[in-house]
Amino acid sequence: MFDVAGIAVEIGQALLSLALAPALVGFIRWLKARMQNRRGAPIWQPYAELRKLFRKDMVVSRQASWVFHLAPFVIFGSTIVVSLLVPVLVTPLPFNAVADLFAVVYLLLLGTAFLALAGLDTGSAFGGMGSSREMTIAAISEPAIALAILSLALAAGSTNLGEIAARTIARPSSALSPGHVMAFVALFIVMLAETGRLPVDNPATHLELTMIHEAMILEYSGPYLALVEWASWLKLFVFAMLAGNLFVPWGLATSLAPAALAVAFATTLVKLVVIAAGVAVLETRVAKLRLFRVPELLAVSFVLGLLAVASSFSLR
Amino acid sequence: MNPTALEPLFWAMCGGFAIAASGALAPAPRVARAVTAIGSVAGAAAGLWLACLVLAGAGTVSIAMPSVLAAAGGLSFHLDRLGAVFLAVIGGVTIPVAIYGFGYTGGYGRRYSMRWMSLQTGAFLLSMSLVVSAANVLTFLLAWELMAVASWLLVITEHDRPDAVRGGLWYLAMTHMGLLALLAAFFLLGGDQAGAWPFDALRDGAARLSPGTRNAIFLLALLGFGSKAGLVPVHVWLPRAHPAAPSHVSALMSAVMVKLGIYGLLRVALDLLGGGPAWWGVLLVAAGAVTALTGVLYALVDDDLKRLLAYSTVENVGLIVLGTGAGFLFLSLAQPTAAALAFAAALLHVVNHAAFKGVLFLGAGAVLHATGERDINRLGGLVKRTPWTAATFLVGALSIAALPPFNGFVSEWLLFQSFLPGVASSRASVAVLLTLGVGALALTGGLAAATFVKAFGISFLAMPRSPEAANAHEAGWAMRAGMVMLALACPALAILTVPVLSAIGGALGGVGGLPASSTTFSLGVILETPHGLARMSPVAIMAVLAAAGTGVWLAMRLVSRGSRRIDDTWGCGRIGQTSRMEYTSTAFAEPLRRIFGELYRPTDDLTVTEQPGSPYHIQAISYRTELHPWFERGIYDPLVRATQAAASRVRALQSGSVNAYLAYIVLVLVVLLGMVIGF
Amino acid sequence: MKLFTKILQIGLVTEDLAGEVRRQADRRFGRAVAIRQVDAGSCNGCEIEISGLSSPVYDLERFGLHFVASPRHADLLLVTGPVTLNMRTPLRKTWEATPDPKLVVAIGDCAHDCGVFAGSYAVAGRVQDVIPVDAVVTGCPPAPADILRGILAALGRIGEPGR
Repeated sequence: MFDVAGIAVEIGQALLSLALAPALVGFIRWLKARMQNRRGAPIWQPYAELRKLFRKDMVVSRQASWVFHLAPFVIFGSTIVVSLLVPVLVTPLPFNAVADLFAVVYLLLLGTAFLALAGLDTGSAFGGMGSSREMTIAAISEPAIALAILSLALAAGSTNLGEIAARTIARPSSALSPGHVMAFVALFIVMLAETGRLPVDNPATHLELTMIHEAMILEYSGPYLALVEWASWLKLFVFAMLAGNLFVPWGLATSLAPAALAVAFATTLVKLVVIAAGVAVLETRVAKLRLFRVPELLAVSFVLGLLAVASSFSLR
Repeated sequence: MNPTALEPLFWAMCGGFAIAASGALAPAPRVARAVTAIGSVAGAAAGLWLACLVLAGAGTVSIAMPSVLAAAGGLSFHLDRLGAVFLAVIGGVTIPVAIYGFGYTGGYGRRYSMRWMSLQTGAFLLSMSLVVSAANVLTFLLAWELMAVASWLLVITEHDRPDAVRGGLWYLAMTHMGLLALLAAFFLLGGDQAGAWPFDALRDGAARLSPGTRNAIFLLALLGFGSKAGLVPVHVWLPRAHPAAPSHVSALMSAVMVKLGIYGLLRVALDLLGGGPAWWGVLLVAAGAVTALTGVLYALVDDDLKRLLAYSTVENVGLIVLGTGAGFLFLSLAQPTAAALAFAAALLHVVNHAAFKGVLFLGAGAVLHATGERDINRLGGLVKRTPWTAATFLVGALSIAALPPFNGFVSEWLLFQSFLPGVASSRASVAVLLTLGVGALALTGGLAAATFVKAFGISFLAMPRSPEAANAHEAGWAMRAGMVMLALACPALAILTVPVLSAIGGALGGVGGLPASSTTFSLGVILETPHGLARMSPVAIMAVLAAAGTGVWLAMRLVSRGSRRIDDTWGCGRIGQTSRMEYTSTAFAEPLRRIFGELYRPTDDLTVTEQPGSPYHIQAISYRTELHPWFERGIYDPLVRATQAAASRVRALQSGSVNAYLAYIVLVLVVLLGMVIGF
Repeated sequence: MKLFTKILQIGLVTEDLAGEVRRQADRRFGRAVAIRQVDAGSCNGCEIEISGLSSPVYDLERFGLHFVASPRHADLLLVTGPVTLNMRTPLRKTWEATPDPKLVVAIGDCAHDCGVFAGSYAVAGRVQDVIPVDAVVTGCPPAPADILRGILAALGRIGEPGR
């Protein structure tokens, strides 16, 4: 278990995720800007934002308690742990022994719960509203995620992330099976809900009554804000990696050879660009759903997951 | 270690609880409380040690007392490994609860009798320990009834409160309804045998029973034990009795006593009957799913902190029964390994739930003690005023919401994994049922997270919503010690999952057709399921999470150069901030209440009073919303009304006229004489 | 699909800036500035021009500037309007809620010297009587390019914010 090279690559992989996540968000914003017929900020704009925020002062509410101060670290820490477990470049890695898909989902839920607590901590009505809506959406997206995971696990015989990727590589034809496609769509919908993208939540809104994720971070400033924003970008990156590397795992390196890693890096970038383009086009095309229409969307995701499980059963 | 060395521990346990009960003879309330606490801790420690030894393989304890109640067959005790799991839970939870109880009952001495409470507490603890070590039906039922009566008396301790007395009445009625069902079940089970019906004889004789009888026994046992455990719809006493009891008693009842319903179900249906047809498992899975969802849905919208916790107990019992049902299902489909995993997951949840529900109820008790309030909408700001309570409650809340790296996540993960072989099954009905079970499990987990973010967030964070909350004071050393012990148990149980699971696996080995020592859990820090290749390590997650969090904190100290300033909460520039501007518990649950509106069917009452003479100027608006649970509306209200109607009709017989009574006597005599002559 | 056809047909409409403004913008290209706009009683004429800044034609975001919802997230406050009596305290509280280092740019004649509302019973004073101001953009209302010039001037006063 103390495979030094492997652990080094794994930590390097997590750092790479941290480094690429702002670029992913920057790229989505740039694409959306272009589709609004304007130039938009350059792709590396989020890095400038982070750099600026880390050097700013912080203003903390006098109602805040230690929960407010603890939350950014729990959120950021749990998302980093997830980025250690999700296959980005290499698939069997030292931590892969404990890289379980349910563990990933619940680690992300840990971050969400702490963000909700931080929203309640300052006694602001906006924060409370954001927390309430965020926990609502997290709660009703849980069955959808569980069924999408279940359909993947059925095909692979396990919920271990490495196993799932390995089985799909071993059987390329399964990637186009209807169950696989439906599970992908289900996971994509859940990704939109969990990371606060349209049509569930508008990340660029300024109207507090339409906010979900943004409302909870209204009180954060300076380095805390940088941590929370970076963590939410990393969450989007992790979901994109799950969608890309679990459903289309070709390109993932199976050894630590430099050539394989280079190929893996290139294919990962391609997958990220494709998923980012998908998200950007979708965000341009659709309008935000009313809050009480979101359960219907997540119900669609749940049914797709159910059908995916059923189809993998019937094709056995 | 030879088995005879375990017997003294058994007697030490009984002796400790007897000492606790002897507080009834104490001269002063303070002495009574101290004696109760010391006796309970001593007895529980002995019981816990005994249970651990039995689980570690040191043997079993068998004590026969044929001379006691000889006419009915005599008492007999046998503590095997299955019972030892539950005895460990009893002992493990009682120690912190007893210490906490010493501090909590401090203010009771003036209004309520501490001597009675000592007797009741000692009897309650003793009876629970005897239930899990009973070896024949007589002992079991005696201990069961003693447990019911002792706990009922404890529930109505605060007898000047009408809701306590009402809750006690519901509890008493339902536990005796359950007792009737159990009597019927045991009667069917041991009908053709003589004596006190020892469990060994019943187990041997069960194979000869007809399938119809076995099914009837199962259903009756499910009704009786299910009502004790809290399965919907016979759970209605739980949200009434648990909040009404003193908080440390609520903790014991929720964390330990309802698990004895699970123990009974496992003992009768798995051990004695040895499993049954597939529909047993299907029924349990369905009942478990319905219970879990109902429990969490009503916990979500509840504003009373203790009733929220009671409904959450219902939810967790549903999860345990879900796992148990999967186990029975796999057993009937000849998949013993999968069955063993499912039962092990259920028992692990029994242990874990005891830890975090205990700390949650103790925390709620501390809040009640500090503020006198149970209504979440009148709490708030306690994280700064009662920091210890807040911290331990947070640990409990994170654990029960199944968030890593605590123990609730581990047992939830294991429950998910135990369902996988069923979803992969070749039988369509099983696959569909267990897929829906997974969906129910996931939804319950998500809703529980929302519930406990609400419970902790609104009760403890931000500003106090009432003067009582603003003047809250931290609990005393005894209460704090109890809460901290249980709060530390949550991550400890997560770290020690593998040894605990090995013990549980050993306890299940050989029971009811499960293969002996079937579960192959690797000793160490990685949890590995036997069938698939799923692996998870709570220790690794905990370590990496701590490392990541600390690393980020250090990096931030290095990188950020700014200073920190305190200012008001941003409110769009408004002047001043009051607690009226905060989110309330009702508001927090509102979106989910609307989404699940069809299940809740709330009644909303909006009254608008206008100024006289002007319909455009509003004088007052009153809004009232009420949630009447469907099972109460549909099942219990009609039942209670029918019972009352029948009773008032029967009451007509008691006319008060002596002539009428004489006529009744003559009538009955004539009928009896006729019957005797007829035979 | 008609939407995407239309997008492709229209193409980029962002105008290039001329001369000095272009040079200053390029020098600060890539910096991130978060702007919070505060309406201290204006007639909304300046707000329309400010919102024009985020339109595709002027496109504020290409310079790294963007609007935020909370002053806690902001580096720069854009204040419009003569400060009315009711908005004096909220304006002050907004400024206090913004973490350092921060800048204030007063937009419009009203923010500069109360404009046409000078001496009114409902006006408390100029923006610089309530909070310290780093740059002023006069005009009623000022054109978006002038507003942008004012913002860049304020940014030039202390160099990079967050240093």
